[in-house]
Amino acid sequence: MTGRSTRISLAVWSAAVIAFLWIPIVLIGVYAFNRSNIQGWPITSWTSHWFSAAWHSPDVRGAFRLSVEVALIATGIALALGTMAAAAIARFRFFGREAVSFLLVLPLALPGILTGIALSSAYTFIGLTPSIWTIVIGHATFCVVIVYNNVVARLRRSSPSLIEASQDLGADGWQTFRFVLWPVLSTALVAGGLLAFALSFDEVIVTVFTSGAQETLPIFIFDNIERGQQLPVVNVVALFVIVVTVIPVALAQRVMRDTGIVRRGAADVTEAVEAAEIPAV
Amino acid sequence: MAIDAGALETGPSLRRARLRLSGLLWRRPSLKALGLLVPPLGAFLIVYVGALGVLFVSSFWTIDSFTATVKHTWSLDNYRLIFAQGEPYLRIATRTLAVAAVVTAVDALLAFPLAFFMARLASRRTRAILFVMVLLPLWASYLVRIYAWQTILAHDGVINWTLGKVGLPDLNLAYTNTAMVIVFCYVWLPFMVLPIYAALERIPESYLEASADLGARGLKTVRSVILPLALPGIVAGSIFTFSLTLGDYITPLLIGGTNSQFIGNTVYNFIVEANTPFAAAFAMIPMAIVGVYLLIARRLGAFEAL
Repeated sequence: MTGRSTRISLAVWSAAVIAFLWIPIVLIGVYAFNRSNIQGWPITSWTSHWFSAAWHSPDVRGAFRLSVEVALIATGIALALGTMAAAAIARFRFFGREAVSFLLVLPLALPGILTGIALSSAYTFIGLTPSIWTIVIGHATFCVVIVYNNVVARLRRSSPSLIEASQDLGADGWQTFRFVLWPVLSTALVAGGLLAFALSFDEVIVTVFTSGAQETLPIFIFDNIERGQQLPVVNVVALFVIVVTVIPVALAQRVMRDTGIVRRGAADVTEAVEAAEIPAV
Repeated sequence: MAIDAGALETGPSLRRARLRLSGLLWRRPSLKALGLLVPPLGAFLIVYVGALGVLFVSSFWTIDSFTATVKHTWSLDNYRLIFAQGEPYLRIATRTLAVAAVVTAVDALLAFPLAFFMARLASRRTRAILFVMVLLPLWASYLVRIYAWQTILAHDGVINWTLGKVGLPDLNLAYTNTAMVIVFCYVWLPFMVLPIYAALERIPESYLEASADLGARGLKTVRSVILPLALPGIVAGSIFTFSLTLGDYITPLLIGGTNSQFIGNTVYNFIVEANTPFAAAFAMIPMAIVGVYLLIARRLGAFEAL
């Protein structure tokens, strides 16, 4: 149904849109090597000095450590709670099931600022002072949803009779989990965990409201951009944050694709779409 | 793995207990469902829904202008102020809504041809590459991508340099509403591409053949077969572009100018000034709009397309 000229114009359009998506990201990488303190274009002289400046900055190191800690803890919580919720929703029919699955998507569908100010006013209300844990709670709310989406998509594609067969053969709950469920779920869990980590690592909207004096890496970037300070170091940190978030996502993509459990072909992309398309920002 | 068939009668007591527990959970699936559901749902209700509840309640409180403390007395003053004539808040809300609508429309226009190309024309290999090319920017830090645009749009940035090279005059885009629309379209674009792609990919080839057999030309098929079937995907994408724009405060703060006050950064400013009650009341506006939008989207089948 599509003629040659239509095909070509669609291809050109697609290429242009992809370029639009990638040029700013490439520029971040280029600016990291800018010698000047001024963010002008074109860049006239180059240096890798800012990389070592960022590496030796105690602010950057502290922020990096906090970001990693928060992301790891939030991912752990998300894996535990997200998997449980997914198992309940995918395997059982009960009253209010639709409502529960609707509720669980809310942290992604509602604007992040709502989550942020809701948590911050709740913290003030119960007298919780900002700490690493207030940040973790904020991140966990949407990380849970990412894991939940991944696992629920996988469970819908696997047969419940596998579990029945395992129990008929005399396996107890742990054995069924270890030898039947785990092989089915492992890649979905790994992918979900990687995505949750990436999401938490660069989260800024909610974190602004839930962190006190502590700075995560995105907060460090945000504060400095707002004040126009240390921009050369910010460029390096920005590039670093992009790399650290993109690697887990690319890995998650691979893991999902290489699994033998999902039908190969179109379905792997579809499952990836279902599971990965909706991070909260 | 070795499963000892006789274990039920003769095995060690721990294993017997485990098997008995498994059996009980099997006979009583409701117990299992409850056990699986209570921890995540309980945490979710307490932390998330509870926090939203506190936010809602505090929107009826007021701030004491002398002591700057929150007074826990019920009143509609915050809401009255929002809707009062001569106050900027209604204008801010309308501006935010208008920008969100424009961004959603532009993103749908940009995304649809790309999604169509990915889903129906590209080879499997190209499709996988394009998919990753759309997916990675979606995940690459949103703050960093906004920051990149700050440098691109700046007076001595890439855009003006490029315009100068081809002999066109400078565009003073930095700190304008146009700049904000561009950046919003940019950051949310992948959210629009992926659901449309998923919806288009599900259309069976036979539908398109049938349409052609019945004599429909290309555009006619697009209008009467492809668009209606892609609609849930477009609506699903619009949930993100619309709702994320509605609640954003970073883009107006970093990209917008003096006339770019948004709901998001107004709320943010009130939080910074410690006037939480008014911030909460003003935040109820995007909350209500997104709530209504989600209900409509659900009717249009967008949730199946997510």
